[in-house]
Amino acid sequence: MSNVRVLVGTRKGAFVLTADGQRKKWRVEGPHFGGWEVYHMKGSPIDPNRIYVSQSTGWHGQLIQRSDDGGKSWNPVGNDFQYEGTPGSHQWYDGTPHPWEFARVWHLEPSLDDPDFVYAGVEDAALFYSEDGANTWKELSGFRGHSTGSSWMPGAGGMCLHTIILDPTNKGRMFAAVSSAGVFRSDDSGKTWRPITKGLHSEFMPDPDAEIGHCVHRIAMNPARPEVLFMQKHWDVMRSDNAGESWCEVSGNLPSDFGFPIALNSNYPNTVYVIPITSDLFHVPPEGKLRVYRSETGGNEWEPLTKGLPQEHCYVNVLRDAMDVDTLDSCGVYFGTTGGQVYVSPDNGNTWDAIVQNLPAILSIEVQTLQ
Amino acid sequence: MIRVALPGHLRTLAGVSKEISIEVSEPVTQQSVLDALEAAYPMLRGTIRDQTTKLRRPFIRFFACEEDLSNCLPNDILPIEVVSGKEPFMIVGAIAGGS
Repeated sequence: MSNVRVLVGTRKGAFVLTADGQRKKWRVEGPHFGGWEVYHMKGSPIDPNRIYVSQSTGWHGQLIQRSDDGGKSWNPVGNDFQYEGTPGSHQWYDGTPHPWEFARVWHLEPSLDDPDFVYAGVEDAALFYSEDGANTWKELSGFRGHSTGSSWMPGAGGMCLHTIILDPTNKGRMFAAVSSAGVFRSDDSGKTWRPITKGLHSEFMPDPDAEIGHCVHRIAMNPARPEVLFMQKHWDVMRSDNAGESWCEVSGNLPSDFGFPIALNSNYPNTVYVIPITSDLFHVPPEGKLRVYRSETGGNEWEPLTKGLPQEHCYVNVLRDAMDVDTLDSCGVYFGTTGGQVYVSPDNGNTWDAIVQNLPAILSIEVQTLQ
Repeated sequence: MIRVALPGHLRTLAGVSKEISIEVSEPVTQQSVLDALEAAYPMLRGTIRDQTTKLRRPFIRFFACEEDLSNCLPNDILPIEVVSGKEPFMIVGAIAGGS
């Protein structure tokens, strides 16, 4: 029988939640790295016991931890992230040039076929990789070195490269997204990149249709249909049917199309999940009701999923990396809140239950389906 | 032997108790102590000072003998009490909240 392991990154450490395929009884382990911020943790797709963790504090900077035994033990590995060459500058919030400065690792994306190979998306936005199990890191400088790099600027959370998606059917193709620069695609394993933002429209920009400057919050792909991408933008839920060459809005009847995470059902690629947030000024659920919205039509037509979720006085947020799915026959959907709750739906979103209620603010959720 | 006191997070990271003793070649300076510390405990690299510039991280302070040595030059000789092992070289996390 399959098991599920949920890797939870929080403001004060990491937690590992495990259950069998019923997803009813959970074991909660942690905190690991207590007192440190864990922006992200993710396991290798082909060696699930190899787990990489981004651990940081303002005092001591960035660490990377690695487990080779499924989270039973951890070892600090390489944490030297040096931009290649002279870093140069990007746009600051006020439009003035600001030097590129490493702050932290937002996202770790292990290779699909080599457990020792892992990508890291960092703030200030850049892409690094390791070929030796995260002991040493090199920059894929073609990303930060894109001709538009000097015009990129940070969103409220910093200028973070927060999403890395690898195309399982096209080894050289990968996607990366930056708040607040946009989304980019590489077709040569990350050596060169180009913006893929045609169709995005952002009213906060001087030219709302400009190629660069869109605050992309999250991208999602179902590996079975890699040419179709979904995006939760600062405002707007978007869809691309051509690997990002163009995008169309699919916000439809959502109560708000502002939000952070977006996820796809592992069995039904046209089934999409978002968690609407009131606005860019008020990062809480509309009307104090925590609702996941599901579209079974690839967008535009959305239904609220509320069974088991608080429907009054709920003022938490769900951050961009804090929702994921498992790959069981009845797809499990998971998300974590800034209030420390981790919710699971073992039935495609129809019903929800809290696995834990009072963790520190949750930064990321990654789900491993174990055989 | 030079006595070094680490802040809590780094004690956990290095797997040590509050104070450790390390061999440091003379001259005993802030830089030579940190070089020896990082050689003995490689997991501390980057957590006290930048790995390339060797500049102290902004929220880290260095105290010894009831003095703030944070802004002394890296190659200044440390106080004789530290060199002789009578007093520890203290690496301290700034009081900066800890939310």
